[in-house]
Amino acid sequence: MRLADDEKAMRDGAEGPAVAAAMNLLVRYGEALGAEHLCDTRNVAGTMTQPSPVKERLVREGGWPKAFSVINLDSDAEFEIPHMRVPTCQLQHGFSDDALGVAPYPASMVDLQADAESFYGAHGVNILATCTPYQVGNLPVRGEHCAWMESSAVVYANSVLGARTNCEGTASTGAASLTGKIPCWGNHLAENRHGTHLIEAEVPVEGFLDWGMFGYFVGDLVQENRPVVTGSLAQPDLTDLKHFGAATASSGGVELFHLPGITPEASTVEQAFGGPPPHRLVYGARERRETYELLNSQGSSSDVDFVLLGCPHASIDQVARAARALEGRTLTAELWIMTPRALRTVADRNGYTEIIHRAGGRVLTDSCPAMSKSAPEGTRVFATDSAKQAHYLPAILGIEAWFGTLEECVDAAVTGTWRGELR
Amino acid sequence: MTAKNVVEIRGRGIVPGRVEGEALVSHETISGWGGIDPAAGTIIERRHELFGVCFTGKVLVFPGAKGSSGWSGFFQATRLLGTAPLAMVFTTLSTKSALGAVVTRVPTVTDLDEDPLILVRTGDLVTVDADRGIVTVRPVSP
Repeated sequence: MRLADDEKAMRDGAEGPAVAAAMNLLVRYGEALGAEHLCDTRNVAGTMTQPSPVKERLVREGGWPKAFSVINLDSDAEFEIPHMRVPTCQLQHGFSDDALGVAPYPASMVDLQADAESFYGAHGVNILATCTPYQVGNLPVRGEHCAWMESSAVVYANSVLGARTNCEGTASTGAASLTGKIPCWGNHLAENRHGTHLIEAEVPVEGFLDWGMFGYFVGDLVQENRPVVTGSLAQPDLTDLKHFGAATASSGGVELFHLPGITPEASTVEQAFGGPPPHRLVYGARERRETYELLNSQGSSSDVDFVLLGCPHASIDQVARAARALEGRTLTAELWIMTPRALRTVADRNGYTEIIHRAGGRVLTDSCPAMSKSAPEGTRVFATDSAKQAHYLPAILGIEAWFGTLEECVDAAVTGTWRGELR
Repeated sequence: MTAKNVVEIRGRGIVPGRVEGEALVSHETISGWGGIDPAAGTIIERRHELFGVCFTGKVLVFPGAKGSSGWSGFFQATRLLGTAPLAMVFTTLSTKSALGAVVTRVPTVTDLDEDPLILVRTGDLVTVDADRGIVTVRPVSP
């Protein structure tokens, strides 16, 4: 891999040992990929504050500088950590103090994370604490080279925003934050951004549920490839595409899709493929029904004791809709809605949080049951409006899952019974 | 074991080193987050063909990485907790598997000229020479 002069200087220690270790990791990683060079980035989304048993031990041994050196720079030595060289944000992490007494989650982990926030905040890491940084202050522009983790955020940034990022990891984002560099490989290169598969919806795709199911179907079909989707698609909004992308990255490993006429890199199907489109694959009534049944194949008991909304983290519009659906109701099952802390502030101002609390639900931030491996005590069966959470949570917590609309989920929380069906 | 059964697969070493050990072959891709337990060095995905199997000290032969961007962090944790595989041989290179191999710091070969998922079986004695990009397979039984 060719290094530019500033990169060689960083590697050789001109910017101090932590930056040299960061460049060492980027060289090892870039050469493993077969990248020809690095590219500049001023937009990093990674993870530093999330507690883990290894991190807890490292902090005990050498404080946060040791934890960052070992985990985020993949180094054996321990360095003083300089201020982040380029804008860097923390993605979703563990539960915070707003979950104390609500989620069964160790208070010691909440404290450890709060301590991490102080350290990293002082070093220039913006604690957005969400899987949807693009909702709350980190909105990349088209063509911007980014170094992001979190599969649902990566697919949104590439596809909906036209930014360029691979699905990075903890060490590569840590190294990028101190160098402003990332291997120029994969999604950073224009020739790797054309579509590979054409999927046409022959049934209407409209509303949150249907965009999620369509995404789950598409991801399963194309796996790691780049789908171009057309057909009877209603105009989507942010929440629809957030759900669609997260679903494609759960059933498959999609990092980039095109929706001709909607997403920025493809005005037409031909432009999406950079040439003639391949053979068309169909999403019809049968495929829609099969996808619904697949997402609902992990539930046998209809006695729901937990409802989870807001995966990926809810938009303020989703919180508002949940509040309207819950107004004046009394819940028998637990209900959590996850949202970024910044939007929780808006929900508080608007009175949505109070409406949801009055019904017996909770508005929580920073994390989710999958990230924190925590659901209400005794949960056996949960219901959700998120294809991603329905995909992951049964495996992570060993519980049953139902997938449906927001209204069906609220009905289940009120009655304690799942009565959802495909309409 | 006879010399004629020995198979050599050529590829590209992406993490240097040379080791010899017993193969553990997964025909399915492997998840990091939600897929392995770094403390035990085991596969924990319920529907996975290697559910419950320990990869510590084995030459892990697999198609590639799937799932969350936490993949590399989970495999880095196996190194820090002493449960890492001995080496990695995989067919599909992605940012997850490349970074994962780099931070696990075990000899790793990819971009292979023949399919190791067909040629290697669990229990075979395998030499991973990532310095030269050569995987040598000695079947345990004819």
